[in-house]
Amino acid sequence: MDVVLSPEEEAFRQDVMAFLKEKLPADIAEKTGNGFRISKDDHVRWQKILHEKGWIAPNWPVEHGGTGWTPMQKHIFDEECALAGAPMVIPFGVTMVAPVIMKFGNQTQKDRFLPRIHSSEDWWCQGYSEPGSGSDLASLRTKAVLDGDHYVVSGQKTWTTLAQHADWMFTLVRTSDAGKPQEGITFLLIDMKSPGISVHPITTIDGSAEINSVFLEDVRVPVENRIGEEGKGWTYAKYLLGHERTSIAAVGRSKAQLRKLKGIARTELAGGKPIIEDPDYARRLAQIEIDLLSLESLVLRTLYAESEGRPVGAEPSFLKIKGTQIQQGLTDLLMEAIGPYAAPFQPEAFRDDGWNEEPVGPDYGPALAPLYFNWRKASIYGGSNEIQKNILAKMVLGL
Amino acid sequence: MSFTSTDDQRQLADSIARYLADKYGFEQRNRICAGEGGWSRAVWAEFAELGWLGFPVAEEHGGLGGSTVDLALMLEAFGKALVVEPFIATIVLGAETVARADPARAAEILPSVVEGRRLLALAHGEPTSRYDLARVSTMATENDEGWVLDGHKAVVLHGDCADTLIVSARTGGRDDDRNGVTLFLVPGDAAGLTKRAYPTIDGLRGADLELDGVQVGRDAALGPKGGAVAIVEAVIDRACVALSAEAVGAMAATVALTTEYLKTRTQFGKPLGSFQVLQHRAVEMLSETQFAHALCYRTASLMDTATGAERSRAASAVKAEIGRAGKIVGEEAIQLHGGMGMTDEMAVGHYFKRLRLIDVAFGNTGHHLKRFIDLG
Repeated sequence: MDVVLSPEEEAFRQDVMAFLKEKLPADIAEKTGNGFRISKDDHVRWQKILHEKGWIAPNWPVEHGGTGWTPMQKHIFDEECALAGAPMVIPFGVTMVAPVIMKFGNQTQKDRFLPRIHSSEDWWCQGYSEPGSGSDLASLRTKAVLDGDHYVVSGQKTWTTLAQHADWMFTLVRTSDAGKPQEGITFLLIDMKSPGISVHPITTIDGSAEINSVFLEDVRVPVENRIGEEGKGWTYAKYLLGHERTSIAAVGRSKAQLRKLKGIARTELAGGKPIIEDPDYARRLAQIEIDLLSLESLVLRTLYAESEGRPVGAEPSFLKIKGTQIQQGLTDLLMEAIGPYAAPFQPEAFRDDGWNEEPVGPDYGPALAPLYFNWRKASIYGGSNEIQKNILAKMVLGL
Repeated sequence: MSFTSTDDQRQLADSIARYLADKYGFEQRNRICAGEGGWSRAVWAEFAELGWLGFPVAEEHGGLGGSTVDLALMLEAFGKALVVEPFIATIVLGAETVARADPARAAEILPSVVEGRRLLALAHGEPTSRYDLARVSTMATENDEGWVLDGHKAVVLHGDCADTLIVSARTGGRDDDRNGVTLFLVPGDAAGLTKRAYPTIDGLRGADLELDGVQVGRDAALGPKGGAVAIVEAVIDRACVALSAEAVGAMAATVALTTEYLKTRTQFGKPLGSFQVLQHRAVEMLSETQFAHALCYRTASLMDTATGAERSRAASAVKAEIGRAGKIVGEEAIQLHGGMGMTDEMAVGHYFKRLRLIDVAFGNTGHHLKRFIDLG
């Protein structure tokens, strides 16, 4: 066993760092570093730069515009992007729907959708959860009834992240009530400009409105926008879940966050000394750093198995649980770091809409408590951590 | 020993609970938060009329002379309803500081407070003092007319609306000397005073205050010259117990909301509450609330007699415990509510924010654990 980077991998890291240094817009990196919300325009601006370089879709096959990188190279790329302050590539198009279109879509769909995803001309959102269907996703009730060469879709989707920006939504709908709930689900691509769609933002406890309810009232969706066969949507959705293996651990992002936390902990004083010197705080900070090391170790082991062509098993569930615990733990220590200055609610100070007053308290302060409250979502979304434990109990322990 | 409330205490708790159930539901509370100033002067006037503002204030100062247990009962009820009126700022911090610093002045000032005609705020913390009560850099310089105040006071609870601010400033010593800090009464509209007001994460109001050559008279000095730190310490100790009682109320409400959600929300064809793993977690939340409640009232009952290190160590114990327990209860409540728990429309998220911000106020869990050790 040899868990150090090869010279080739180290050289690759240098290439990535040089690219980021040259091409990542400084204003975007600064916003990310300060915990500002990133606007649609900034996301698209950065994703187009990656598209031009040919690095927007490392997980795609080369013939569709992928990079041909090894799993380790992808990991290095993700980590360097996060450390440099690059915004996360919005996953719904590139990472989530594209692999499904490639695997189960027809040639017309591939030609129509993939290039526009690659170039960030289309913004996608995910229409899965419903008010009555969270952890029990297969119980979803949004109905699609065939009418000539269209499906007529009615229902409500919820928690739809950034739907307010979206051109398209990939959606699970019910086309049949017969058999097991999973068997009547169909995978549709829905144009968000279709008549009958309305998007309503949901304000969350941190005061932001990233997520939405999407109401569908008799929305006509051409049959040509169905992926694969009717009633097979659940299989395609599961393929999509299995496709994402290690990025859910967000090692790079947590490393960047840890670095930021240490910087703040060296600046903030308690009893006249930096809080990083407070034994209790330092101990908790060290514990998170060690947790992050073990997380990264399991990520590397999983990547290695993947590069050897061995099937990936239950690792994503382990990685999701530990990864989100670390992300939440970091936001907890960040909020604690600023003491009483966690209290003022100053959303205008990190909203990226041209507010240029000095905030009350330290410049990095206003974003921190909202970050803590916002990240409580991480142990809920993408299959709650309880669902991940159910999966592990069944898949690994056979219980 | 008795853990039983007296008849008077039961009556007080019942009347507050009835009033709040009737006039301070979650929707009403949110309307109040969103309104002018972020709290209701009409509700405040009713609090005064019902005698609640004076309940914990000494009789010789126009109050009813209630004990710290009485105060805790009031705040537990306020915590259940997420009350946003400036009770902590004006009564628990403001009136108590005036009473402890200068009983004669208190008899002159506090009746107007009890009647709801004067709001107070304690402006003590500074940008780099964090939770260290002796670390005061705001300066008071004597001149012919009295005192000139210069400095920055941070995150002053309801400092935006106070008619009278109680400002601590150095008249001697430096950095974190315990001696040399004096209290001053400063009108809320004093020349040279700049307020930056803001809502806080949990729906209350606060302000940062810049004092730039604020001239006050000789009679503005309150209490013993150079002796403010010990007074503020005693006030904050009692405030820690009051906040803990508020947290206990918020925790109980959180447990009730979560239990209700587990009973009504179905997934996989049955109520969430039928899953054993979720039952156990709800019981953990309840258990944390029970222990916190017991410790809170035990501490409240000794606050009126204990002094010095004994009092401070007890206050730190309960504040540390409440911070820890409140975090568990709040985080678990959100998790058990799933996506719904993340939404602003559900009350549970507002309790969660209040619980976490109670930990941030007057010393968090880490601070009070350390203080508990140091005083041991």
